[in-house]
Amino acid sequence: MRPVSITIAVLMALALAPPASALDASLVKRLVADDSDEKIAAIHALSLAATPEAAALLQALSEERVLAAGDRLLVTQGDTLRDAATGQVVSPAPEGAEAPTLNNRVRRELEGSLAALRVFDPDRRVRLAAAKLLGEAASPELAPLIERALAKEADPAVKELLTLADAQARLRSDDPKARLAAVQALGEAATPNVKTILTGLLDPAAEVDAGVRAAAQVSLVAIERRLLLADVVSRVFSGLSLGSILLLAALGLAITYGIMGVINMAHGELLMVGAYSGYAVQVWFRNHFPAAQDWYVVAALPVAFAAAFTAGVIMERLVIRFLYKRPLESLLATWGLSLVLIQAARVVFGAQNVQVANPSWLSGGIAVLPNAVLPWNRIIIIAFSMGVLLITWLLLSRTRLGMFVRAVTQNRGMAGAVGVPTGRVDTLAFGLGAGIAGLGGLALSQISNVGPDMGQLYIVDSFMVVVLGGVGQLAGAVLAAAGLGVFAKFLEGMTGAVIAKILVLAFIIVFIQKRPQGLFALKGRFVES
Amino acid sequence: MSGPRRSLLTPLFQATPRRGWIAFGVVATLAFVVVPLLHLVVPAGHVFHLSDYTVALAGKLACYALVAVALDLVWGQAGILSLGHGLFFALGGYCFGMYLMRAIGHDGVYQSDLPDFMVFLDWKRYPWYWTGTEHAAWALVLVVLVPGLLAFVFGWFAFRSRIRGVYLSIITQALTYAAMLLFFRNETGFGGNNGFTDFKRIFGFPVAAPGTRVALFAASVAVLLATLLLCRWLVTSRFGRVLRAIRDGESRVRCLGYDPLWYKLFAWTLSAVICGVAGALYVPQVGIINPSEMSTANSIEIAIWVAVGGRGTLVGAVIGALVVNLAKSWFTVAFPTLWLFFLGLIFVAVTLFLPDGLVGLATRLRARRRVPARASGSGAGATAAVPGAGTANGTGSGKEVVA
Repeated sequence: MRPVSITIAVLMALALAPPASALDASLVKRLVADDSDEKIAAIHALSLAATPEAAALLQALSEERVLAAGDRLLVTQGDTLRDAATGQVVSPAPEGAEAPTLNNRVRRELEGSLAALRVFDPDRRVRLAAAKLLGEAASPELAPLIERALAKEADPAVKELLTLADAQARLRSDDPKARLAAVQALGEAATPNVKTILTGLLDPAAEVDAGVRAAAQVSLVAIERRLLLADVVSRVFSGLSLGSILLLAALGLAITYGIMGVINMAHGELLMVGAYSGYAVQVWFRNHFPAAQDWYVVAALPVAFAAAFTAGVIMERLVIRFLYKRPLESLLATWGLSLVLIQAARVVFGAQNVQVANPSWLSGGIAVLPNAVLPWNRIIIIAFSMGVLLITWLLLSRTRLGMFVRAVTQNRGMAGAVGVPTGRVDTLAFGLGAGIAGLGGLALSQISNVGPDMGQLYIVDSFMVVVLGGVGQLAGAVLAAAGLGVFAKFLEGMTGAVIAKILVLAFIIVFIQKRPQGLFALKGRFVES
Repeated sequence: MSGPRRSLLTPLFQATPRRGWIAFGVVATLAFVVVPLLHLVVPAGHVFHLSDYTVALAGKLACYALVAVALDLVWGQAGILSLGHGLFFALGGYCFGMYLMRAIGHDGVYQSDLPDFMVFLDWKRYPWYWTGTEHAAWALVLVVLVPGLLAFVFGWFAFRSRIRGVYLSIITQALTYAAMLLFFRNETGFGGNNGFTDFKRIFGFPVAAPGTRVALFAASVAVLLATLLLCRWLVTSRFGRVLRAIRDGESRVRCLGYDPLWYKLFAWTLSAVICGVAGALYVPQVGIINPSEMSTANSIEIAIWVAVGGRGTLVGAVIGALVVNLAKSWFTVAFPTLWLFFLGLIFVAVTLFLPDGLVGLATRLRARRRVPARASGSGAGATAAVPGAGTANGTGSGKEVVA
């Protein structure tokens, strides 16, 4: 019990309920009646009134701070005794005052009524708990109160529970018509809980009225369809979200491997560089601009790009440029670089994962269906990956640098002959791929762990995306990433995460056998090796 | 110019210099005579006594060297860089590990018929694939069969689709990654995260006894030497030449009427089987096998052993495996934080500056010393300075051109 919050709740309720100066004396009388039915009726009437006095009285009743003296009801408050109906102080206590007897049935109704009053509490957690309790304890008489709460409830979770409680309360009614209406109302819902309730009603032992049973069946079908829809929507969404992450991880690789033909095993570590730059910017903001803490992610964007770009350029200048003709060796050398980067991260930031906070504007989500909530951070990451993709595409197809990169890819010697600075183009293109990986790493830091080993998790997946999409093809990478994401999420629902992952890898291995050039093959004739 | 009675082994003997046979004999003597004596006969505490740790380390190194030779066969000769050899190694280990687990008998923590991890999962019976693994012989058959079959099927599909180069490397990496995920699951029936450990006996002998240890070490070296001979024979035969031709120009070989599929597939499957055997020898000596052996990092490390030693030389693979792993043993104790930096720089430095590895470096240095010697005309002095070098050149590379 939380008396304080209840008082506040009741004050809130007061604003809505018609003002009642004092408690109805006749109701109070019925509370002291010997008959339990009378008492319950009085409790319901009091809770429906929803005045502060009524709430206080019910609360006192449940806390056993009430004495019955004749037809008067006295409430103890600390040391003083007050008359429940008039509010006057009674002193000294009248002879023969004793606690009214409350049997279990009355107690249950009392709990239900108090819960019904608590659903007006401003504290979301209190409302949530109360609504949960109501589902189990509400009697049909409380339905109007619940509906009133429902009308002003904004929180989706509480709302769902309240809807449920409302229908359950009305389902307990003796009147088959009321039950029928409740069952039909439940058909509008789309939660697994409602499904359980309705399934229970199909049993003739639980529900005697055949009409209600038939209506339950109809409602059940409607709910199942809606649940399926919500399930499909949320799966497709989480698949796209996974796909966008894969795309961010693979986009840089699509440039370095797909276009330049460099096997960069340190690509995962470039993601890590981006993620750690996000962390560093966050720490810097915390120390210098605590007020703007929420916007560190935006400030981290250029930092992550620049850090990974620099790392990429250094790698290209020092190591990779000597290995363009030897792809297998560049694989080994870049693996070595990845080990160095991992160890460097361990030395600088420690071996443990670091905490990267989600800014507040990235938390929460939109509910497209009662059962399908799309979190903001995922939506933003999908949008972000689309944005990065667009910029990459523009850069490669609309700028001078992009033209140079494509020229060097197609014919290095010829490009050099017409004056393309091939060496510098290689460096810049590799840096660009690395910088995009850095942006991907920053996005990843918002939804997964940031640690020295994080890059290793994505390297196999990124290569799979590029290989599946077809080397040298941005469009292929996009389709492969989205397809793999959705495919993996649907499989996950059927087989569990690990088996799904294994199946996806097996699928790619088989797919490559059939189509070694990937989804989108470069057109033209090529001489083998 | 082949003679009338030219045996299949002739190229092997012609191509292997006397120096090689001497080294072969020295290693065999060390493994089969010196180490057992020093470990079993020389009392503990004596200067020349070899500790349990040293013998176990030496046995481990022999297994690693075996894997490196296997990888060198496919990478150095056929140009197939596999990043999945850790998988075949681990599979061999798991196959033999099944026998070792069953040899624990009732001595486990729960004193059950089943291994402890199965008791923990509340399993009542062995899964079907454990059938017969209580017999060491069947387990040994599995050690060869499972990696071999997997490699054959995978290789058949991959080579038939003409998947080559880095594509193949990446796919083998995905293969071992998928297998690692599979073996991490408890439901797969191989002990999940913890894998197999706590072995008690092997072929009826206690697994930690000095005699068993020495026997396992000697067996590892014996297999290593036998494998080296076998691979050397293959490499010096016609088969080896076709393999190298495929490495250097697969399309041309195809145009000449060879089907590269079967050459590559044979080398690939043999390599996987060697890895499986190495894994089986490794597990009882190290006392544990778990899915981390299949991690992508492990498989790439095998490639660096070969690269450090020198690709395509077989002996180089052994040297590389020994050098890198000894460095690792020393570094991880002396400078634990620096090891990854060092390993990473080895990867970079070897690919950039030592494309032929240590063996290539040695050859280059020797060639540099010989050239001035020849120029000055004092042939006797040069031969004395580099004993056997002349023979190696005369019978080895010279023959290869002629035959």
